[in-house]
Amino acid sequence: MNPKTINKFALNTIKVIAGLVVIILAFLIGRILIQGVPHISWHFLTSPSQEFVSGGGISYQLFNSFYLLVLTLLISFPISLGAGIFLSEYAPKNWLTEILRMSIEILSSLPSVVVGLFGFLLFVVQFKLGFSIIAGAIALTFFNLPLLTSNVEQALNSVSDLQREAGMALGLSKWRTVIKVIIPEALPGIVTGIVLGAGRVFGEAAALIYTAGQSASTIDFTNWNPFNAASPLNWSRPAETLAVHIWKINSEGIMPDAAAVSAGTSAVLIIVVLIFNLSARYLGNKLYRKFTAAGK
Amino acid sequence: MDPIKEKIQSKSKETRQELTGKVLSYSAMLLILLVVLSIFVFVASKGVATFTQNHASLKDFFFTTDWSPTAKGKDGRPLVGALPMIAGSFGVTFLAVLFATPFAVGTALYMTEIASKRGRNFLQSVTELLVGIPSVVYGFIGLNVVVPFVRSHFGGSGYGILSGAFVLFVMVLPTVTSLTVDSLRAVPGYYKSASLALGATEWQTIYKVILRAALPGILTAIIFGMARAFGEALAVQMVIGNATLMPKGLLSASSTLTSVLTMGIGNTVMGTVGNNALWSLALVLLLMSLVFNLLVKWIGRKGRF
Repeated sequence: MNPKTINKFALNTIKVIAGLVVIILAFLIGRILIQGVPHISWHFLTSPSQEFVSGGGISYQLFNSFYLLVLTLLISFPISLGAGIFLSEYAPKNWLTEILRMSIEILSSLPSVVVGLFGFLLFVVQFKLGFSIIAGAIALTFFNLPLLTSNVEQALNSVSDLQREAGMALGLSKWRTVIKVIIPEALPGIVTGIVLGAGRVFGEAAALIYTAGQSASTIDFTNWNPFNAASPLNWSRPAETLAVHIWKINSEGIMPDAAAVSAGTSAVLIIVVLIFNLSARYLGNKLYRKFTAAGK
Repeated sequence: MDPIKEKIQSKSKETRQELTGKVLSYSAMLLILLVVLSIFVFVASKGVATFTQNHASLKDFFFTTDWSPTAKGKDGRPLVGALPMIAGSFGVTFLAVLFATPFAVGTALYMTEIASKRGRNFLQSVTELLVGIPSVVYGFIGLNVVVPFVRSHFGGSGYGILSGAFVLFVMVLPTVTSLTVDSLRAVPGYYKSASLALGATEWQTIYKVILRAALPGILTAIIFGMARAFGEALAVQMVIGNATLMPKGLLSASSTLTSVLTMGIGNTVMGTVGNNALWSLALVLLLMSLVFNLLVKWIGRKGRF
């Protein structure tokens, strides 16, 4: 074979491989949606799950997933914003910063089971919180922190130094420059990162099995006092999420329609994650226009 | 006191703002460091207890295959042979990466060398979506598609290392692909120009120049993929069969470190041998993820160009 034939053959192989990857994704998404969407109905989304009979829904799990997500973001955003500002603006170039950076990398590569087990050991057992939403939210925070932090850092780094110099020249403190000038400009990147992270958190199950627990306690949607045990806002009740629900019914579910319920739940999960992915870009662009002079 | 003197000598509003800012951002960073340290301390102290309190032998843990921590062996020590799980974990990890690497490198080459801007963006979103699919959904698909497929085409029950590796293959694919793309992009453009100017074909350029130059980056990508596969729990647990036996082949039901952990922690009582032995498995996971990190650092240092 001459080099030209080999060239053609190799390039075509690469194209075929790329095509196969697209087909794999299309197959996955298609399979989940085709199997699951017919099972999604208003009844499915708004009625509690059943353990022994068919016809159960996912209302508690759906609510729990979103509530956990909100709590997780409330805890993890301020911390990762602070840490991101530190890494991008204040960190001196020395071995200590190297160690800090490395610890973030290590945290991001830890298996989520281990993070979940640590949450179980510290919060559920040691602090006696029991299987609870708050323990789950803290475990998910550990899981979310490294990604969010490096995202904030990158977003801040991408802002031109001219802006910092301008702030300083006006006599602002470094901190005020960061808060009032740099962050607004970096906001699109930060928001995109938050929303993409939210998608990841929403689908996470391994870190939750032993922190937020595997049972969905009964919720009374008319009672919004967070200190009442049946209230949706109560954070010390055990809370099964959508992802944990799928795992649970596939490993030990005994309801007759387990396959249909997990197909439907998977489809809901995928649709929510897709929405997060799409809105991440949209929101990013929109905020950029709003907070900077670009759109005016 | 003289008001002007006071104004000059006391801290300005800006200085105080700066201090607040520093305190806030430093403490956030320290909090993260504290979390990482305490994860290691807690898991290590629990994991070591198997050997210090329950007197299991470290050699048995890594080299024997009897996993029933509540029972005692002939020498009066608990039977904590973790070799089946360790073998299972490494088995699925290596196989998954073996399947994924050609696909990832091919896709990455397509994105950087062949595709138009539109094709590149399209594949970019494809990999992002693959990352976004939750692992339980991968497990669910694995149960419904991969397990029956393996059962009918390869034999056996369908549960086993091969099914686990197929599921993990799709899960690590986007990780390896996007990191490979980064490393291919980092190859200076004049390398390619020089090679093409010498009369090399596109493939010769890719194979002899670009891939060689990007090799450290590609290896890093593969190791990150391995780290993800090694630590993945639920998707693997759903398709691997969960038998704590030494895997007899790719088709027999086996288990991984993560699958035994997810199944077991809820069924054992804190502080007992059975529970401590599970924490030892968690410690192995933790240390392996540290090893993967160090490997990446080492390759990064060796392969800088």
